[in-house]
Amino acid sequence: MTPADQASGFRHFHEQLAELSRKLLEMSGHAEQLVDQAITSLLDRDRALAESVIAGDKVLNTLEIEIEQLSISLLALQQPMARDLRSIVGTIKVSGDLERVGDHAVNIAESALRLADEAGPITPSPELEDMARRARAMLRDALKAFTRSDGALGREVCMADDAVDALHNSVFRILLTHMMEDARTITPSLELLLVSRNLERVADLATNIGEDAVYLAEGKQIKHHFED
Amino acid sequence: MTTAAVETRKFSFWYDEKQALHDIELTIPDKQITALIGPSGCGKSTFLRSINRMNETIPGTRREGEMKIHGDDIYDRGMDVEDLRTRVGMVFQRSNPFPKSIYQNVAYGPRINRSLSRGEMDALVEKSLKRAALWDEVKDRLGSNALGLSGGQQQRLCIARALANDPELLLLDEPASALDPIATQRIEELLFELKGQLTVVIVTHNLQQAARLSDMTAFFYLGKLVEMDSTNNIFTRPREERTDAYVTGRFG
Repeated sequence: MTPADQASGFRHFHEQLAELSRKLLEMSGHAEQLVDQAITSLLDRDRALAESVIAGDKVLNTLEIEIEQLSISLLALQQPMARDLRSIVGTIKVSGDLERVGDHAVNIAESALRLADEAGPITPSPELEDMARRARAMLRDALKAFTRSDGALGREVCMADDAVDALHNSVFRILLTHMMEDARTITPSLELLLVSRNLERVADLATNIGEDAVYLAEGKQIKHHFED
Repeated sequence: MTTAAVETRKFSFWYDEKQALHDIELTIPDKQITALIGPSGCGKSTFLRSINRMNETIPGTRREGEMKIHGDDIYDRGMDVEDLRTRVGMVFQRSNPFPKSIYQNVAYGPRINRSLSRGEMDALVEKSLKRAALWDEVKDRLGSNALGLSGGQQQRLCIARALANDPELLLLDEPASALDPIATQRIEELLFELKGQLTVVIVTHNLQQAARLSDMTAFFYLGKLVEMDSTNNIFTRPREERTDAYVTGRFG
């Protein structure tokens, strides 16, 4: 291989890394949007929007596979090291997490379809809206931390998870009170509990991505307090 | 706890006015494989050749600082250089067997350094060739000229020749860069087998080889030691930006 070939091979590698990053951003934008639309479809009882969330999940599945294939070929052909290696392995994990976020959005949209026919008011909507807003912000920040290799932001995302967990607990208590007061609310309340659970899981996945961002940026494994 | 095979303190080296090594401080662990990596001219080969004082065969060189092998100061006045070089064997990029028989190549060192009976010498040659994973391929033609061997076999013969002196350390300067992948793999397997018996220090430009083979990796740049750590850390999460830039190919 001449030095010129090596240089162009190197450029090619970096173009492919940039392509991988672009696909991940596209995937995260889409995942965020699905979560947002799923909650809107629930609160507005919008059947059409819920259906489009369920259909839109396919895009995430396709992107996940494309990212995985490109990552595997980069690992095999370029044998990346250090930061590049952490970035590619991290991208595979993050795309898997985003695909799961899409599944949770679909679950919420399915709950929205079942609740669309319920007559009563959807309580506790302020808490659910707050959870959805926080989970989305965590997802957005986690991706920003990962793509910009920003360890500090990654750590912030991990800290933010506690607030979402606390909201999930209060939603649970509120719904429990409703169910005890009026047995007719049991079916919709259980459905809303599922919605809350799905949002809480989205925040957990954002936390995973935040942890991967810290590993990418600093080479430190903070998962499960591994390096405490 | 592993002991140190090589320890240096403020070790510097000059070729005439040009300083090739600056205050190198490192510890090479005993009976493990340590890889020295870095761009051309970074000083890694100079450092390697300092371990058995090969550099001083070049006129106009000088050094400062201390280097110890298993606790012995090798630049001490009392150090016998010939003795040092039996303790520290060396293998080069281009295999360089003597134009003699396979047997004579391996027996060359022990014949000078020790007085062995014919039977003892036969046993030593066999043992050394076995340690170098070459015995089965050459046992029926020990009298043949070593230059008739393939490149990979010649390189393993050079390793056998070094092993015949029963060295504490084996230094290798790009030992597989002229070999095909299969021959390279055999050398790597051999070094892996030798680890645990003696200390191996290898200079390589092939980062994948350093990553596959070594326990510790030292990264040299512009005559300085930038970072030394476990090979796993160097190739997955180096501490220094310059190391990261080098191993990811972003250098320069």
